[in-house]
Amino acid sequence: MTGKTLFEKVWERNLVRDEAPDSPAILHVGLHLIHEVTSPQAFQVLAERGLKVRRPDLTLATIDHSVPTLPADTEGRLPYATPAAENQVATLRTNCSVHGIELLDLDDPRRGIVHMVGPELGRTHPGSVVVCGDSHTSTHGAFGALAFGIGTTEVGHVLASQALFQRKPKTLRVMFKGETAPGVTAKDMALAVIARLGMDGGTGYVLEYAGDAVRALSMEGRMTLCNLSIEAGARAGMVAPDETTFDYLRGRPGVPDDWQAAVASWSELYSDHDAAFDHEITIDAAAIAPMVTYGVSPHEAVPVTAQVPDATDANASAALDYMGLAGGADLSAIAVNRVFVGSCTNGRIEDMRQVADLLRGKRVADHVRMLVVPGSAAVKQQAEDEGLDKIFLQAGAEWREPGCSMCIAMNGDKGDPGEVVVSTSNRNFRGRQGEGVRTILASPSTAAASAVVGRLADPRSIEVTA
Amino acid sequence: MKPFGQVTSKTVAVPTTNVDTDQIIPARFLTTTDRDGLGDAAFRDWRFDQDGNSLDHPINAINPDTHAILVAGDNFGCGSSREHAAWALDAFGVRAVISTSFGDIFKSNALKNGLLPVEVDEATLDLLMKEPNRELTIDLEEEEIRFGNHVVAFATEPFARRCLLQGSDPLTVLLDAVPDIETFEREHGRAS
Repeated sequence: MTGKTLFEKVWERNLVRDEAPDSPAILHVGLHLIHEVTSPQAFQVLAERGLKVRRPDLTLATIDHSVPTLPADTEGRLPYATPAAENQVATLRTNCSVHGIELLDLDDPRRGIVHMVGPELGRTHPGSVVVCGDSHTSTHGAFGALAFGIGTTEVGHVLASQALFQRKPKTLRVMFKGETAPGVTAKDMALAVIARLGMDGGTGYVLEYAGDAVRALSMEGRMTLCNLSIEAGARAGMVAPDETTFDYLRGRPGVPDDWQAAVASWSELYSDHDAAFDHEITIDAAAIAPMVTYGVSPHEAVPVTAQVPDATDANASAALDYMGLAGGADLSAIAVNRVFVGSCTNGRIEDMRQVADLLRGKRVADHVRMLVVPGSAAVKQQAEDEGLDKIFLQAGAEWREPGCSMCIAMNGDKGDPGEVVVSTSNRNFRGRQGEGVRTILASPSTAAASAVVGRLADPRSIEVTA
Repeated sequence: MKPFGQVTSKTVAVPTTNVDTDQIIPARFLTTTDRDGLGDAAFRDWRFDQDGNSLDHPINAINPDTHAILVAGDNFGCGSSREHAAWALDAFGVRAVISTSFGDIFKSNALKNGLLPVEVDEATLDLLMKEPNRELTIDLEEEEIRFGNHVVAFATEPFARRCLLQGSDPLTVLLDAVPDIETFEREHGRAS
């Protein structure tokens, strides 16, 4: 008998009803994360139909997209971008209160971006289904969960039933051969995968990341890798849980009471040696260099040492026009206006440490404005305990309150038209970081190096001061 | 749910590939708590400059009464999961989008809002791109599109198709399964 993939094992563990030709499967949801932007209309449907939230105990709410990253004024008022943003946050508070859902509110030391708090609180469990009205829910796949983004109608479905209709996706294994070179991060691995697969190469698949280079990653790195699965079109990305996973989760408040039994059960979650994948690609990990994007989609990514590729069609040409770039130009010649470090992709403590390593004893170039935004209150606290905030501030960067910030630019943190922003976030779409803003995606190290140099820079060229 | 049976309308062709949901509705319009009223936000930055002046763009031809079918480049609706993209397209007057492929989450969202994503082969898309403004019928019952002498088959996930044809709500069907969900929770130690 052929073995099973990690995905198949997790799928089967959560299957309430198998799929049939005329009906999708019904999957049980172990953790439903909600936030202010994609939940209000779902609660509206519940109200219209007189329905209750079936399992508030398996639902967790946080506030991240619309929240200001500047502190409150002397009278305690937060500088919301618009009254609508403030109303959206208030609406979530009301909905959580009405339905008895735990909300990590702005004064809660556990609050943060939705994909930060699940893992930090130990609520993201290997082998479970995690969903959220947010495409970067794939982040939680780092723990061997089946985690994917859903629309608001489906948020309503999960609130009302704790389950979801779902067709079984296909499987694609991304096998990294060998180990990555020093200075190469999980972000670079992810951009290399997306560049290889293209923007829709993963559509219809669940990705499984495997190989020594993946095993060598910390949980933070694995989360970055899985986070970006959707940028290749895959709704979910997964890594088989191992000792690194268990070490991260051990002792966190949301883990199962019977820890030994949980670990025993989670330890069975790996792809069998004879498991068959629908598709498989192999990537030479040692050949990956620090990666940056040059276009308006994450798959338009090349090594930072390369030149801007020539446009081969009208779409690629329009992308270069938007970016103000010409084919053949050196990427290292691109002048930078802003640098953003943060987001559910790279807002974790390891990311903060990488940035601090490059900024220690240096200054952000005079014409560059640099924003460092921790992904959660816990990361902010940890960074301050380690003195990283002082390094950022002394270098001339801003150190903010947690939130999605410039990744989606809903809260007032954004660039000006025409500006080049080197960003550790996940999307370089036209206008994503402000109307007319030109986004270059990069790792935290590359972003920090670029801030210091004032041009797009290879982090390996910067001398690190101890 | 808003039903979808058949639509006959003229096409609007936009050859751009990888149209992400940030293009369909920029994030600054996502602070709403309603589903309605997002038509003005649809493709906002394609239709207006930063000062609010109208821009020349083929998408402006969309009209619910005459031009309700959008023909778009490959991988339409990729990126963010925002269902606001489907709501905005619907309010803007789009009844169906024809492309060679769609973002997974967008496709799922569209099907729940009476907006039909129609996946065709490259040759058909090329033909429709070359001749915009042509009248076309999309028939979900027969799962075919018809224009001129052409009849092109397409496939829709059967459960979503049934819900669209009947205008029935998938949530009702899901709620019927709650006893099974409760049994599952008991048997797997997940009861509250």
